[in-house]
Amino acid sequence: MKKFIKQGAESQDTWQVLQVTEGERAVVPEAGQWLVPLAVWREQRTQLLARSQALGVQLEPADDPATLAGDTGALAVVAVNFPSFTDGRGFSTARLLRERHGFKGELRAVGDVSRDQIFLLARCGFDAFLLREGEDAEGATAALKDFSEVYQAANDRGPLFDRRFDRCFDRHFARG
Amino acid sequence: MYQYDAIDQRIVDERVAQFRDQTRRFLDGKLGEDEFRALRLRNGLYVQRHAPMLRVAIPYGLLSSTQLRMLAHIARKYDRGYGHFSTRQNIQYNWPKLEEVPDILADLATVQMHAIQTSGNCVRNITTDQFAGIAPDEIVDPLVWAEVLRQWSTFHPEFNFLPRKFKIAINGALEDRAATFVHDIGLYAVRDAQGETGFKVIVGGGLGRTPIVGHVIREFLPWQHFLTYMDAVLRVYNRYGRRDNLYKARIKILVKERTPAKFAAEVEAEWQHLKDGPGTLIREEIERIEGRFKRPAFVRLPEPDREYEQHLRADKAFARWVGRNVHGHRIAGYRAVTLSLKKTGIPPGDATDAQMDAIATLADDYSFGELRVTHEQNLVLPHVEERRLYALWQQLKPLGVATPNLGLITNMIACPGGDFCSLANAVSIPVAEAIQRKFDDLDYQHDIGDLDLNISGCMNSCGHHHVGHIGILGVDKGGEEWYQITIGGRQGEKAAIGKVIGPSFARQEVPEVIEQLIHVYLARRESEDERFVDVVQRLGLEPFKSRVYEKVH
Repeated sequence: MKKFIKQGAESQDTWQVLQVTEGERAVVPEAGQWLVPLAVWREQRTQLLARSQALGVQLEPADDPATLAGDTGALAVVAVNFPSFTDGRGFSTARLLRERHGFKGELRAVGDVSRDQIFLLARCGFDAFLLREGEDAEGATAALKDFSEVYQAANDRGPLFDRRFDRCFDRHFARG
Repeated sequence: MYQYDAIDQRIVDERVAQFRDQTRRFLDGKLGEDEFRALRLRNGLYVQRHAPMLRVAIPYGLLSSTQLRMLAHIARKYDRGYGHFSTRQNIQYNWPKLEEVPDILADLATVQMHAIQTSGNCVRNITTDQFAGIAPDEIVDPLVWAEVLRQWSTFHPEFNFLPRKFKIAINGALEDRAATFVHDIGLYAVRDAQGETGFKVIVGGGLGRTPIVGHVIREFLPWQHFLTYMDAVLRVYNRYGRRDNLYKARIKILVKERTPAKFAAEVEAEWQHLKDGPGTLIREEIERIEGRFKRPAFVRLPEPDREYEQHLRADKAFARWVGRNVHGHRIAGYRAVTLSLKKTGIPPGDATDAQMDAIATLADDYSFGELRVTHEQNLVLPHVEERRLYALWQQLKPLGVATPNLGLITNMIACPGGDFCSLANAVSIPVAEAIQRKFDDLDYQHDIGDLDLNISGCMNSCGHHHVGHIGILGVDKGGEEWYQITIGGRQGEKAAIGKVIGPSFARQEVPEVIEQLIHVYLARRESEDERFVDVVQRLGLEPFKSRVYEKVH
């Protein structure tokens, strides 16, 4: 049983991933919360938006998050798949969703996700993690605190030099 | 030296704890071989032929005497009494025990050192000119900017799982001593008409299987935008660099496939979103970092020094050493001194714990406790008073680091090769030694003059063979070691990739091949000022090729 962590604590995963058979039209069941592949989202967007349940999309590493640019307000969850933890494209996907496309819902990392990437994932804007089989939740939540300080600007914080000089995160934007 | 503050120290300490936990989980069987591999590689720990190999970062090649003593201590306590200085200005230990590596890292952390990102598919140790901060031809001191890059790249959350390793070099002088054109990103610090610092940005250079000279994608990047622009380049690479083929995964392939102009446009478009964002640098931070570099308290010295000049006239060997291994300094009366780790019979770049300790003492006595590691695998005492050069020279000789061979054929670059490295096709060190023995006569070496000879044991090109005036590459032919020879490569601003002269040679033939190449050069040069590489450029491969294959095969 895969452990699920949301906002820093072990949690219950209420979402299911829609399995699609190639060559067949995907059918999203009436009931339940479903994460659908990007292709299904594009194909059935209008019908899906008409549903009463919360909506979710799962992105693969090569999927362009800009495809969801106009829909980020309508989605409750975006899952980003890491088929292998050495494939780091999803880190950029997350930052783009958060910082460029204004996605404010749950951003979850799925696939080959372990405690050893979780600190970095969180910095890129992920707030939920479906850990790979065998990973314990305690280790992973502890790993969110592996480092007490960081150098770079990312989704979670501004650069360290802002804090060293006691500046606010928005200085550049405020400057206009 | 950049001095850590409490925050820098805490980040390194926390990394030690994190890696200790990862190692423990691996030893307890809770972490699989493959997973631990990807984690340990992020920390410079390889599993090699005989034992793990640990690569310790020496950020931009700058080292204090205290740190060098710690490196000696590690060699003695955890290894077999020596370390190998690499072409990325790092040091490698060939015999540590896996279970002791966390302790080594903890020891290193006490002197503000680490092994963070010395391997793995992430941004590696930033390299620069070994004469940074002291070179008379310097425009911008690259050390501050190299430290800015070190901090930015350390655990960068978005770019820790790139398609492939990523190497950045920065140069701030007229002459490019950082090989910026053969890096994933090369940065050339310059100044605009108002004297403000900026950077020429070069991408997509590299050695390895597909050697390519990099392309300039931006002529002048104002310093404030240094990091947001780096983010833009890395993001384009992280998203679109190839991940299907290990050999096509470096950024150079992406730049080539997209064309440099299109790649530059993509970076520019990405940067428009990041420009002026939170990563934009502020002057206070640059001044803060500058302030944390402990700079030597130079004194005003009479120049020239009469006694020194007498020694130069009276002692030919001293004069020869000064001519080759002593370099200019921007402060009058000071010189930078290269300690050659290329004595014949010693693997290039190797130093024993006793040598390191002794050199650390000399650094304290002669050079404000500061040292540099060069990408040619030597050490530098950067701030030596001219009037004390003679005394220093006499102390260097018994240590075996006063060989006056800088820029000469025996100052060769060589990777550890098949004796140590599990990637290598062929040995490097014995080949280097055989060539050194053939050219051991110093008069002969000096007559040949400037010649870069670089040896790599495989296509990964750790020995930078492509940019050697003569390059030697170990290749595998049906399980046997063979060596391919290239000529005409060069580093620096006119960087060029050497051309293969023809079919490869058996190991024992290599010294003779080199000798024949040298014979052609000596016979055909127009003056002593015309270097080997200049003659290759003027005449092309043919005269070299025909002579070699006529004589050797």
